[in-house]
Amino acid sequence: MKTSQSVQVLGYLALLIVSALFMTPFVWLIRSSLMDLSQIFTMPPEWLPRPFQWGNFKKALTILPFGTYFLNTTIIVMGTLAGTVLTSTIAAFGFSRIQWKGRDLIFGILLSSMMLPAAVTLIPSFLGWQMLGFYDTYYPLIAPAFFGGGMFNIFLLRQFYLTIPRDFDEAAVVDGAGYFTIYFRIILPLSRSAVIVVALFTFLATWNDFMGPLIYLKSDSLFTLALGLQMFQGTYTAQWDLLMAASTAVVLPCVIVFLIGQRYFLEGITLTGLKG
Amino acid sequence: MRKGLFYGLLFTSPAILGFLLFTLGPMIASLVLSLTDYNVFKAQTSFVGLDNYVRLFGGEDELFYRSLGVTFYFVLLRVPAVILISFAVALLLNMNVRGKSIFRTIIYLPSIVPAVASAMIWMWLLNPDLGLVNSALSAVGLPTSNWLYAENSVVPSVVLTTLWGIGGTVIIFLAGLTGIPKQYYEAIDVDGGGWYSKLRHITIPMVTPTIFFNTIMTIIGSFQVFNEAYILTEGGPNNRSLFYVFYLWRTGFRDTEMGYASALAWVLFLIILFFTYLVFRSSKSWVYYEGGGRS
Repeated sequence: MKTSQSVQVLGYLALLIVSALFMTPFVWLIRSSLMDLSQIFTMPPEWLPRPFQWGNFKKALTILPFGTYFLNTTIIVMGTLAGTVLTSTIAAFGFSRIQWKGRDLIFGILLSSMMLPAAVTLIPSFLGWQMLGFYDTYYPLIAPAFFGGGMFNIFLLRQFYLTIPRDFDEAAVVDGAGYFTIYFRIILPLSRSAVIVVALFTFLATWNDFMGPLIYLKSDSLFTLALGLQMFQGTYTAQWDLLMAASTAVVLPCVIVFLIGQRYFLEGITLTGLKG
Repeated sequence: MRKGLFYGLLFTSPAILGFLLFTLGPMIASLVLSLTDYNVFKAQTSFVGLDNYVRLFGGEDELFYRSLGVTFYFVLLRVPAVILISFAVALLLNMNVRGKSIFRTIIYLPSIVPAVASAMIWMWLLNPDLGLVNSALSAVGLPTSNWLYAENSVVPSVVLTTLWGIGGTVIIFLAGLTGIPKQYYEAIDVDGGGWYSKLRHITIPMVTPTIFFNTIMTIIGSFQVFNEAYILTEGGPNNRSLFYVFYLWRTGFRDTEMGYASALAWVLFLIILFFTYLVFRSSKSWVYYEGGGRS
């Protein structure tokens, strides 16, 4: 019993150290965002801003039109969310609650596309959108979400739908319900938490996407937060106070969304990982 | 049920159409493009057969070999690091201790930080003169490093920055760990075994499917590292962090040699396919599935 207790204590200590290490970059970020440059450059580093430079945020967020970037990012996120939630739930329904020939084969083929590196489809997709005249618009960033919303999401939802008892559908069929009714009245309400997971993942992935906007957007006025932040960094290389303030502003919405939806997140990852 | 096929196809049509339009179509197009000398700024595009591939492997393109070497080095460092550390952290999180869910949140949180912001934070942490990491190291008398700015430390430094975001992998491990039936451990208690024999004879064999899943996903992800190269290092210093996809992007979009870049993309695809296949094949000898023995 003694050794198992000391193992527990050591483990707890290790957990504290690891957590402290994971938190340090956040603390460093926030403390830098609230200091003036001369205190930032003090050696050895100080932890507490004296005084708190709240003005850093105002300065950082007005040098570049971050308000516009915020709005642009929100538009893209909303569009992507709408497309993903609508079409991934419908597709997952078709892959789990309807019996048809070839269903699992097609699902397998589609699923294997998750293995495909994005780099392979990058150039032709770009050329395709450009030919259609949609370069430097949001179409290439939003429209694909309306075509299934990504296999990862369909997979996650399908796993969830498969756990819902068949009797529910059969009872509805006896009552004369069609597939659309079953989807809308039974499956969708029962899978609320899975849909929330998909929405949360989609929100974060879209909010954080860098390569998509980098390739498809050219005009400053259309830029997203991620692109704007990167441009900011290129211009104000050594202005660590402002860079950290701008970074904090970009990170904050993600953290808030995560903390609100935390329970669903962890469930969702578990759902995909276990059956993967 | 009646008309299953019709409704099945109807419901799944957005996904099938999406697959054809955004995956299969572009895949074929990229293969075709890789056999041409397509360049945005050239008036004419002609079919060049395997010339692009010959140019890649013929030794003419030194940067191709450099990017390949850099990326392999990155994958070789990162995959074991991610798997080992994630597993260790998951073991810690799986202990029955107070504040468990808070620790879990702390470990997961960094993985949701946008890549650009994370890159910026790490650039500042690893700043050779004023960064926290070097200050901490010199405070305890350890040697400092130029991290992202030195040729031989740049790739390990990028690996380090990505380790901050292993939260997702940790949570998947944790799910695997919580799925292990308690009776198995009790059996070891009866035999008088300690934590080590539990780890060795129960925990590790039981999570091999999770290790397998995480290894595949980490390999696929690591080969495609892009954001870090673009934001943190721009491939430097002296091309020592010229990661493959970054080189591909530069060739295709900055130098507009899209035919050649498509060949690069296909080579990457084949490399990833090969390594995934290797792991799949090897899994027969080390992945344990309950009920089926080793399969």
